[in-house]
Amino acid sequence: MKFKIKIWRQKNAKDKGKFVTYDIDNISADTSFLEMLDILNDKLISEGKDPVAFDHDCREGICGMCSLYINGEAHGPDTLVTTCQLHMRKFKDGQTITVEPWRSAGFPLVKDLIVNRNAFDKILQAGGFISVNTGGAQDANTIPIPKKDADESMDAAACVGCGACVATCKNGSAMLFVAARVSSLAKLPQGKAEAATRAKAMLAKMDELGFGACTNTGACQVECPKGISISHIARLNREFLSAKIKD
Amino acid sequence: MSEKLISKTPEGPLAEKWTRHKAAIKVVSPANKRKLEIIVVGTGLGGASAAATLGELGYNVKIFCISDSPRRAHSIAAQGGINAAKNYQNDNDSIWRLFYDTIKGGDYRSREANVYRLAEVSNKIIDQCVAQGVPFARDYGGQLDNRSFGGAQVSRTFYARGQTGQQLLLGAYASLNRQIAKGSVKSFTRHEMLDLVLVNGKARGIIARNLVTGEIERHGAHAVVLATGGYGNVYFLSTNAMNSNCSAAIQCYRKGAFFGNPCFAQIHPTCIPKHGDQQSKLTLMSESLRNDGRIWVPKKLEDVKRLREGKLKASHIPESERDYYLERRYPAFGNLVPRDVASRAAKERCDAGYGVNNTGLAVFLDFSSAIQRLGKKVIEQRYGNLFQMYEKITDVNPYEEPMMIYPAIHYTMGGIWVDYNLMTTIPGLYAIGEANFSDHGGNRLGASALMQGLADGYFILPYTIGDYLSADIQTPKIDTNLPEFAETEKAVKDKINRLMNIKGKRTVDSLHKALGNIMWEYAGMARNANGLKIALEEIEKLKTEFWSNVYVPGTTDELNQELEKALRLADNFEIARLIVLDAQNRFESCGGHLREEMQTEDGEAKRDDEKFMYVSAWEYKDENTLPELHKEPLKYEFVKVATRNYKD
Amino acid sequence: MTNVFTSSIGKKLIMSITGTCLVLFLLFHMSMNIVAIIKPEWYDSICAFLGVNWYAIIGTLVLAGGFGLHILFALILTLYNRKARGSSSYLATVIPKQVSWASQNMFVIGIIVALGLLLHFSQFWYKMQFAELLGNHEVQLGEATVSPTSGSAFIAYYFSNILFVVAYLIWLAALWLHISHGFWSALQTIGWNNEIWLPRLKFAAKIFATLICLGFAAVVIAFYVKSLLDCC
Repeated sequence: MKFKIKIWRQKNAKDKGKFVTYDIDNISADTSFLEMLDILNDKLISEGKDPVAFDHDCREGICGMCSLYINGEAHGPDTLVTTCQLHMRKFKDGQTITVEPWRSAGFPLVKDLIVNRNAFDKILQAGGFISVNTGGAQDANTIPIPKKDADESMDAAACVGCGACVATCKNGSAMLFVAARVSSLAKLPQGKAEAATRAKAMLAKMDELGFGACTNTGACQVECPKGISISHIARLNREFLSAKIKD
Repeated sequence: MSEKLISKTPEGPLAEKWTRHKAAIKVVSPANKRKLEIIVVGTGLGGASAAATLGELGYNVKIFCISDSPRRAHSIAAQGGINAAKNYQNDNDSIWRLFYDTIKGGDYRSREANVYRLAEVSNKIIDQCVAQGVPFARDYGGQLDNRSFGGAQVSRTFYARGQTGQQLLLGAYASLNRQIAKGSVKSFTRHEMLDLVLVNGKARGIIARNLVTGEIERHGAHAVVLATGGYGNVYFLSTNAMNSNCSAAIQCYRKGAFFGNPCFAQIHPTCIPKHGDQQSKLTLMSESLRNDGRIWVPKKLEDVKRLREGKLKASHIPESERDYYLERRYPAFGNLVPRDVASRAAKERCDAGYGVNNTGLAVFLDFSSAIQRLGKKVIEQRYGNLFQMYEKITDVNPYEEPMMIYPAIHYTMGGIWVDYNLMTTIPGLYAIGEANFSDHGGNRLGASALMQGLADGYFILPYTIGDYLSADIQTPKIDTNLPEFAETEKAVKDKINRLMNIKGKRTVDSLHKALGNIMWEYAGMARNANGLKIALEEIEKLKTEFWSNVYVPGTTDELNQELEKALRLADNFEIARLIVLDAQNRFESCGGHLREEMQTEDGEAKRDDEKFMYVSAWEYKDENTLPELHKEPLKYEFVKVATRNYKD
Repeated sequence: MTNVFTSSIGKKLIMSITGTCLVLFLLFHMSMNIVAIIKPEWYDSICAFLGVNWYAIIGTLVLAGGFGLHILFALILTLYNRKARGSSSYLATVIPKQVSWASQNMFVIGIIVALGLLLHFSQFWYKMQFAELLGNHEVQLGEATVSPTSGSAFIAYYFSNILFVVAYLIWLAALWLHISHGFWSALQTIGWNNEIWLPRLKFAAKIFATLICLGFAAVVIAFYVKSLLDCC
C-alpha cells in the first residue's frame, strides 16, 4: 500500500509549525500505524532529515502514551483502540492521511506530534487517590464489594490517561478523565471516605489548569480507546454537587 | 564464594528469617528521615511503590521516569494477575506452597530466603492494593476471585480483568501522587538517568538528561534505588515497551555493580507471531488464556502444508488429527506447565516442521472446547479484551478460528546482583523489581513479577534501606558541585558528543534490529557453544559498526528521540555481551536457558546441579577486557532439590 | 455552597436549572396554545388571566431572569470553552455519528431560538402583556384594533401570513434541536443519570422535544389552514 502522510511539524513550543506531506510506499496492510511512522522516520533519517517526533511506548494499547489525531479523529478511524493498535488495513490504498497532535489549551505542544500532558498528573495529585499508608491494611476480603460495583469501578479504572477525551472535546474539557477516576474510587467502599473532598479537589484543579466545561456532547466516550461512558461524568457531577451543597 | 558477594542472608528457620532480620536491622528516626534524600529511578510497580512508601515514611524522594508520566511504566502492560498465598479458594494453598512453586518454577537457581520472604509478604500486597482501591475481580458474593496460572496446581492469582498490571500500577501511582502532592516526593518526568555518581565508593547521585530541553542535570542523594526493569529489548523484538531499556542498569554495572545471571531471559509461550520485517514489537497474549485454551498442532504434516497454503482451516481439522502436545507430554499440568517448558515444547514442534503459519513459527491456542463447555459469553467475560486485541492485530476472529501463538522474549530473570537487603555491590545503590536478579532463578512463574515488584517496593526496600541510611544521618545534603559529579557529567557529555559526531550512514533502529537478530538467533530459545561463539564475534563487529557508522540526527539541546535510542543501544551491546558470556559459561539447561548440548533423551532440559548451582555475578572490568565471573553458591537447606517434573 | 457557581460544573448547573425552568414554561405555554385550536374564546380568557396580574408579572419576571441567566452563562461558558480549546485548531475533524449535531452546536441553535423569541415578543408579548402594563386597552393589529387580551386574534392575524408561518416553523425546528439535547443534558449535569438511563433519557428528550414543538406547530398550522379556508 502507499499513502500520502500529511503531518504537523513544529520544532518546539515557540515555533509556528506547519503541515508537511510525505509519500510513503510499500506498506503492508498488517503494519500498525506507528510502525508506518517508524518506516517513514527511517526514510527521513536516511535522507538526512529530522524524523517526526511522536509519543509511543507499549504499543499494545495500555500505557496511554500514543496520542495522534488521525484524519480528524483521536487515535484514528478504528474504534476502541489507541493509535498503536490501529493498522494500515483500516485505510485505503493511496489515501492522504492527516496526522495532527492533540490540540487543547490544557496540553501545550512540545514538538511535532508530542504534547505535554502533565496536567493529568496534577489533577490526580490533587485527590485521585485513597489516603492509605503502606502496611496498615486489613485483610482484603474483610469488606465484600458487590460484583456489580467492582465491575463498574473497573470500567472507569480502565482509563489509560491518553487524553483522547480532551483532544476530541470541542470544549477541551477533561471531564471524562476526571470522572473516570472519581467514579472508579467512589464505587468502592474504600474510596467513599474521601469521595467528597476528592471530587471537589480534582475538579478545582481541572478548572485551574485551563480545561473547559462539559457540555455533554458525548464525543469523548466515542473516541475513548477504552470506551469509558459519560455516565461516569454524571456520577462526578452528582458527587461534586452533593459535596458542594454540604459545604 | 567471592568476598565481594555477601548475600547477608539471615540465619535461622526459613519462616523466621525475615522477621528476625527486620528485628535486627537498624531504623532511622522520623527527624532524621527528613534530612535524607533518596533517588528512585523508574516508576513501574517497584519504583512507584518504593517511592510512595519511602515518601510516607518521611524521606525526601526524587523520582525519575523517561515517560511523560509515572503511570506509563511498562508494568502497566501486565495482563494476567498477581499471586498471593491467601488460600481464599481453600485449595490447600499456603506461604510454603507459593514459596515452593516459585523456587521449583525457577529451576532451583534462586535464593531460598528471598523467595520465602516474597511468598510471605504476598498476602499483604493484596490487602494493600484493595485498600488503595484496586478493583480486583470479585465473585457474586463480593469476595475476591482467583484464577490459575502456569506452574501451580492451586488458584492463587488475583486479577483485574486482563489489566491487572495497569490496576496495580495505578494504585501505586495514586499513592505516589499523594506523596507528590504532600511534597515528600519530587517528580522528574521525561528525565533519563545517564550515569551513576559515586563518592568515596558510595552511590551518591545520578546524572540525568532532561529529555525535553536536552539539559544535563546533576542530582544528589544519600542512596539511589534502581527500578528500571529488565533488558528484554536487547532482542529488539520482545513484548517489552519500545522505551523499556537497561541503560541505567548497565551504567551501574560499569560503575561496579555486579550483574547476576544475565543469560536467564524468559521466553513467553503465548505471543502473537511475528508478521514481517517491519514489525516493531511483539504482543503478548496473557498466560491466563491457558486456563481455557488448548495448545495444539496437526498430527499430520500434510495438514500443516495445507494450512500454510490456506487450503485448510484449523477449525476443520478433526479432533483425532490434532496433537495437543502439552497435554500429551505433561499430563499432570497439561496446558498449564511453566512458561519455559511450554515455550520449548512449541519450538520443538515447529522445528519438527509442524508450525502452522506461513513462517512455520506458530502453534494453535484453541478455545473451541472451552466455548462448547462454558458458552461464548463466559469466555467473552473472561478474556473479551484479549480476544478483541488479538482480532485488532491479526484480523482473525478467535471465537471462530484458533489463535496462533509463538514464544517471544518477555521478561529477564537476570539483573543487577543484590544481597538480601536488595543492595547491590555498590554501597547505597539498591535494585528492585525486574532490575534485580533475585527471586525468579532460571524461570519466572506467571503472575509473580507483579508480586515481586510490589513486595520489593512496599514491604522490603523501605525497611532494609533504613539499615544503610542509619549510618548516614550525619551526612549532610549531597553537594552536586563535588568533583565526582563534574567528572561524571563530563563523561556523559563526551559520550553524547561522540555519538552525535559520528554522522555515519546507519539508523539506530537498523543497528538495533541487527543486534536483535544476532541475539534471537544465537542466544534466544536454544543456545550452543558454536552459536554463542559466533554471537560474541558478531556483537563486537556490530558494536564497532555502531560507534563508527551510526547517524544521529538533530541536536543535543532539544527533544531528540534518536539520541535517546542511540544512547540506549550503546548500552545494549554491553548486556548482549554479558548474556552471551553467561550463556557460554552455564553449560547446563536450566529455566529459560536451554543449552542444546544438555538435553535428556526425550528432549527435556538437563540441569547440572553439581557444577552450576550458583548465581553468576559478573564484574565489569573495562571496554576491552572480559568481565570477571564471581559465583554465589546456592544452598538449599529447606527444599529438596529435584528435577522439575510436570508430567505426573 | 461556597463557590459552586464559579466552578465549571457550577456554571453548567445554572444552565441546567434555568434551562429546566424554561422548558417547563414551554410545556405550559404549549398546552395553553392548544386551547386556542379547540376554542379561541377559552384561550382569550387565559390571556386575560395572565395579563396584568401580580402572579403573572412575577412569573414573567422570574422567566425573564431565568432566560437572562441562561443566555449570560451560555456566553460565559462558550467563551470559557473556546479558551480551553486553545489557539490552534485541527485541520481535519470528524464528528462521530454517535454525537448529535445539536449537542455540538447548542450555542448557534440558541442564537436562532433567541432571535425567534425576539420576533415573537415583538408580535405578541409587546402588544399584549406589555401594552396592558402601559395601560393601553387597545392595540393596532394590522388594520384592526383589538384588546391586548384577545390572544386568539393575534394568532389568527400573524399565522395567516405564510412568511411568519415559515419563520415560526424554522424557529420551532431550532427549538426542537435545542431541547432534544438540552433536556437530557440538564439531567446529566445535575448528576441524574447512569449507564442504563443514559439511552432512555436521550430518547425521552427527543419525545419531549417533539411533543412541545409539534404542539406549537399545530397551532401555527391550524390557524394558517383556517385563514386559507376563511378567505376562500
